[in-house]
Amino acid sequence: MPHTLAEKILLAHTDEDEVAPGDIVMVRCDVVMTNDISGPMAFRAMEQMGATKVFDPAKVVVVPDHFVPAKDTRSAELQKLLRDWSAAQGVAYYEQGRGGIEHTVLVEEGWVVPGSVIAGGDSHTCTYGALGAFGTGLGSTDIAACLASGTFWQAVPGTILVEFTGEKGRFVTGKDLILAVIAEIGVAGGTNMALEFVGDGAEALSIDERLAVANMAVEAGSETGFFPADATVAAYLDGRTERPWTAERSDPDADFAATVRIDLDALPPLVALPHSPGNVVPLAEAVGRKVDQVYIGNCSNGTMTDLRQAAEMLRGRKIHPRVRAIIVPASQRVYREALAEGLLDLFVEAGAMVSTPTCGACFGGSGGVLAPGENAITTTNRNFRGRMGSSEAGVHLANAWVAAAAAVAGEIVDPAEIAGAT
Amino acid sequence: MSLEGRAVVIRQDDVDTDVLYPGAYLNVTDVAQMTQHLFEGLDPSLRDQLGGDTALVVGANFGAGSSREHVPQAMAASGIRFLVGRSFARIFYRNCINLGLPVVMSPEAVEAASPGSTISLDLEAGIVTVDGRPFRINPVPAFLRELFVAGGLVPWLRARLDRSATVVEIGGSEE
Ligand code: SF4
Repeated sequence: MPHTLAEKILLAHTDEDEVAPGDIVMVRCDVVMTNDISGPMAFRAMEQMGATKVFDPAKVVVVPDHFVPAKDTRSAELQKLLRDWSAAQGVAYYEQGRGGIEHTVLVEEGWVVPGSVIAGGDSHTCTYGALGAFGTGLGSTDIAACLASGTFWQAVPGTILVEFTGEKGRFVTGKDLILAVIAEIGVAGGTNMALEFVGDGAEALSIDERLAVANMAVEAGSETGFFPADATVAAYLDGRTERPWTAERSDPDADFAATVRIDLDALPPLVALPHSPGNVVPLAEAVGRKVDQVYIGNCSNGTMTDLRQAAEMLRGRKIHPRVRAIIVPASQRVYREALAEGLLDLFVEAGAMVSTPTCGACFGGSGGVLAPGENAITTTNRNFRGRMGSSEAGVHLANAWVAAAAAVAGEIVDPAEIAGAT
Repeated sequence: MSLEGRAVVIRQDDVDTDVLYPGAYLNVTDVAQMTQHLFEGLDPSLRDQLGGDTALVVGANFGAGSSREHVPQAMAASGIRFLVGRSFARIFYRNCINLGLPVVMSPEAVEAASPGSTISLDLEAGIVTVDGRPFRINPVPAFLRELFVAGGLVPWLRARLDRSATVVEIGGSEE
């Protein structure tokens, strides 16, 4: 029987002989991840389940990243709990200053390989689809079950095939590709579905850009989203991991729920206007909107690729006097690489504020939350009302070219104009 | 299993968990304290309408976005006994089930309900009744009913770990 990639991965992680969309199965995890938000609640639920030890310490990884560095005593207590629990359980723990944002850390540190199942106590666990893994975001009670038993229940998803064709323009990035998908299918269009990204336009994407695409699969309501592993993934994993993996893809005659085609030759940079990632317009329709803050970072677009794009916009220019720019490398590795390349100095020279890796203001935690009436443009993945601070503030989602260009202009502008202005 | 509640209605679609429980309060772990921030970004006055017997009636794709379990934990602790919606976002839906908080889909029942309506839910029969008018709910898979009956994933799994089962199976040894 032909299978989709989602079905193949799940079949390899259950005791069932066959699976079909809608079946509920118990799925074995290769990795279980949690953070300073979902972790403490999960540990409590795990205790209530009567479990004192995790199912396999070698498969559990803990990353404090949300209220990091601790913004108050309550956050510090949670992080202490996380640290002590990790030590007692003997699981991997990425201390502040040695890790970064969880999803970036797990990918960089070789926890993620194609065909693996990763349960994470965070909705953007779908990011691991960049490497062809089935990453799925879960709440604390689910994570407790994963920690205790190594399994979670899962309804087998259908698959929407997303085909990217053609070649994207100079200022178009992975961010625009996924915004185009969300605009096409809607914020609930992926419910009960996995998104599978294929086509020559998908294969041409770097790992950094694939991370941006897979990361926002959840913004379409999907169970997860992934790229079948290819030579780009193999090259990325070479020397990074010892975990075994094989490249799988959907059978050509598998039963897909739908196919979506996005023509990259015709795709302009896009902007999601407040207050939904589905509120997508071409950049041209957002031009002229004044911004108070620019935020470049987060688990979707805080990579070296994003920082280099921002640097190209900011090199030899100044942040607009009315604007604050906050730049947050997604991990310590990215931070050091950007430091070595001179990007951090360039940002500071331009008048930006460079933060150490953290989730920070992305979810309204700390380090750059917005006041009522303010507008921001960010490379983050959510612009829900109040997501970044005041519910009277507006957040625009865009790629790093567009965000950095706005930092210079003080309003949303076509990066081509800034590039041409020198 | 039959439940009854008085309707509190949130009619909008795509209500996300950020407005249901803003990020600034994610470092709260005490459930009683969580209830103080429920609905904060949407309409804090909704909190005053919650009693010990609330049926929360919601639109489509309710609970989109973040996996924060603070939302259904605060809901259950605030006296919401079950939810009836047009549809639910995946992680929120899972979280409710795992906490033993029944969530069912019936667009017709949502249409028929108004604030204060008396709503009863019969999971076995697959019927939700709004002010005496019965509506069929989308079928709830047997395993999810099993979780509701067990009282959620914690007691369900505790029973299985107690028997020191190495493999957790749906239905377990009852089958
Ligand atoms: S960077 Fe933002 S979206 Fe990513 S894990 Fe952190 S809070 Fe979530």
